[in-house]
Amino acid sequence: MSKKNPEYDFKWCPGCGDFGVKRAIELGVERRNIEMEQPMEQTVVVAGIGCSGNLVHLLDGTQPFGIHGLHGRSLPVAFGVKMANPELNVLIVSGDGDFLSIGGEHIAPQAQRNLNVTAVIMDNGVYGLTKGQSSPTTELGVITPTTPFGKLENALNPLQLYLTVGASFVASGFSSKTRELANLINEGMKHPGFSVVHVQSPCTTYNDNFDQLKGNVKKGVDPITWDIPEDHDSADKLAAFQLIEQGGIPLGVLYQDPESEPLDARAEGMRQRANPRGVEQQLGAFRI
Amino acid sequence: MRNNDFVVRFAGEGGGGLVTSAELLAQVTAQVGYHVKTFVTFPSQIMGGPTFAQARISTSPVLSYGDELHVLVAFDREAYDTHYDQVREGGVIIYNSEDFQLEDDGKSFGMRIDELAKSTGNPRAANMVILGAIAHLVNMPEHYLPEFVTKRFTRGRPGDEEIIRGNIMALGLGAEEAKKSGFSLGALEDPAPPEGNQIMIKGNDALALGAITAGLDFFVGYPISPATTILVYMERNLTGPGKFVYQASSEIESINAIVGAGYAGKKAMTSTAGPGASLMSEGIGMAWMAEIPCVVVNVQRGGPATGLPTKVEQSDLLSSIHPAHGDVSVPVMAVGSVEECFWAGAHALNWAERYQGPVILLSDHALSEQAQNIPTPDISKVVDERRLTYSGTNGYERYAGSQVSAMPIPGGPGPYVANASEHDGMGDTTHLPQRHIEMTERRFGKLKLLEEDIYERENTDEAIALMTWGGSKGSTREAYDQMMAEGQTIGWYYTMFLNPLPPALLEELKQKELVLVPELNYLGQFSSLLRAKGVKAESITQYTGTPFKVRELKARIIDRMQAHKKDLVQV
Repeated sequence: MSKKNPEYDFKWCPGCGDFGVKRAIELGVERRNIEMEQPMEQTVVVAGIGCSGNLVHLLDGTQPFGIHGLHGRSLPVAFGVKMANPELNVLIVSGDGDFLSIGGEHIAPQAQRNLNVTAVIMDNGVYGLTKGQSSPTTELGVITPTTPFGKLENALNPLQLYLTVGASFVASGFSSKTRELANLINEGMKHPGFSVVHVQSPCTTYNDNFDQLKGNVKKGVDPITWDIPEDHDSADKLAAFQLIEQGGIPLGVLYQDPESEPLDARAEGMRQRANPRGVEQQLGAFRI
Repeated sequence: MRNNDFVVRFAGEGGGGLVTSAELLAQVTAQVGYHVKTFVTFPSQIMGGPTFAQARISTSPVLSYGDELHVLVAFDREAYDTHYDQVREGGVIIYNSEDFQLEDDGKSFGMRIDELAKSTGNPRAANMVILGAIAHLVNMPEHYLPEFVTKRFTRGRPGDEEIIRGNIMALGLGAEEAKKSGFSLGALEDPAPPEGNQIMIKGNDALALGAITAGLDFFVGYPISPATTILVYMERNLTGPGKFVYQASSEIESINAIVGAGYAGKKAMTSTAGPGASLMSEGIGMAWMAEIPCVVVNVQRGGPATGLPTKVEQSDLLSSIHPAHGDVSVPVMAVGSVEECFWAGAHALNWAERYQGPVILLSDHALSEQAQNIPTPDISKVVDERRLTYSGTNGYERYAGSQVSAMPIPGGPGPYVANASEHDGMGDTTHLPQRHIEMTERRFGKLKLLEEDIYERENTDEAIALMTWGGSKGSTREAYDQMMAEGQTIGWYYTMFLNPLPPALLEELKQKELVLVPELNYLGQFSSLLRAKGVKAESITQYTGTPFKVRELKARIIDRMQAHKKDLVQV
């Protein structure tokens, strides 16, 4: 939706982190289009359900193709789109509830296949669209409408999860650092394989943690985000785990498999070996 | 005495041997020009458990798998006890006397099957010992089997000759045992070979081949009985340039993947059975809502829940038409024969392309595993229909208007959002009442494109008619043929197209006093649909996990006809 549509009545709350993610995606894709000399029509944005999913309707400028599908199913839809036409640039926009809770079952299989798509996950630690319930990344003990006496589950560490299930590119970003985030998204799209860019994107209405993420000198709050040092070897998976162990939210590329071979390349190799039989030949096998 | 058909059942502990025996018998008789059909049933486990496989051999096309057995081959005592009642008057039982001994029951003889096979030097020739005995019982011309064996095992490998010699010796040993027993079933009539080339194929393979012939591009499926063999066929054969096939991690993934591929411009399909179809329901709703072509094949088994994974039932019709929440009416086709499996595999894909949405193709367990001789499909008659695609400039409203409209394909012009939420012309989410009205009517209106005008109709003047569906077609047709031969006239209607029904067919059915619907479910699902459309329809139901037996079905049809006529007299 490149200009205002009066019929479309969804709005992100003022100050929502998703505005920054939207801008970063626009910048990242635009740069990719210039670098790869490809038109915007080569990009498909696959969205799930939640505040994050609405991003597909809110992009400014030249429009990509989009799918706004079901809650939790952005990954398998993206699998279908990408393997139907590997030339397409497939980008997933999803949130912590959509991607990690209801959609969690799809992450490991796509990571193992090394599906060549880029997932941008907007993590606000809460279900925003349904008004503030706890999500997988909500901290233990937090009170929400569905955890009135405190959340009983530990918070999931998504970066650890991605590394563990074998994602070949794992990056961490923050919605307020738009330019850096655009770079991460751009790197993710260039990476030949399954890329996850996990973004801290605060919910100003139900879980406003801007101060903790950014730090607030006036209030004496130190930021929990920190930049990954330049000497970090992103090809070293163990080092990536160690970054997470240090606590807080590391920002930057944690891990990138330098030998990543995506599913579309593997499938092409299989096609070469398969020696396909035409319909006539197949029929012949059943002849009496 | 000469017979025009005979039925042989092989029963015992599960495994490949029984099925191989039935299929070998079917192949050898098909090669000399008989019509054949096999039927296999087995427990849902890898090996073991009571199983049977049978083959029906006939001089005319075989419609059902056969009610009564001419020959039962019982590999163990349990098999003998279980199937004894189904051996017809004058039928013969061959039992494995290495496994158990019997008092003389007047219709059985024992053979030491494995011992005889071993004596040929090839312990794997047990099948041949049995075939030799059967061939003798039905006075099969002596050269059929040796010729078949010679052809089958001449593979250009060292040792071929020895294998052939061993197998032919096994055939002779089996025949000798049968001869000693003194039993005979009377000769089979000479075959009347069907005209033109024939293939012998199972329902699932035929369905997969039909879909591939119609230009299938993309297949993703998850293993589930009895649909797995479609996935297996695709994995081997859908491998050309631009094609993609994959085993998914779940049925939820399968359906969402084919929706993604359909959106990206491909002819896409998945196959599953009841439990998987249930998991797919939300995704099917998305394909309906976002107007994305794709096909879900549901090879029905006994339900609900895990149900009867390896038995036959036709209980997924209502849940196919209305698989998902909300206002949907998903187009549904159902196959009634192995031949129809091929044509429907192609046709379902074309329907999806034509109206731009999901199509469900119903088969069932019995058809999936049934090997049958059918005329070689004329692939020049298969149409590869493709959706209307958009080739204009950007700024196109993909969902505008009340008709099916050209679909933009990613990579080409006309970006839009394919939206599973209610949407406007560009695919942006909306909640306006007027838009929901327009879009709902647009989606239902497209079904008109699928109204076909071809269906089977015979004896159209009769006030009472048969109108079965899906896999009950064969038994119902055989009952109908017998009734006609006996002067019990009734009308006959049949179509693969269940939703939407051919409008002219519906009009004809509405004129009937009574439409009888044989179907394998408790609810009487299809007749309830017909009644809702104003047809005086009534089901003849069965929910045993097995197909109709022709004799029983015929008796129930005739009873119902007579009751109806009596009602009329009383009025």
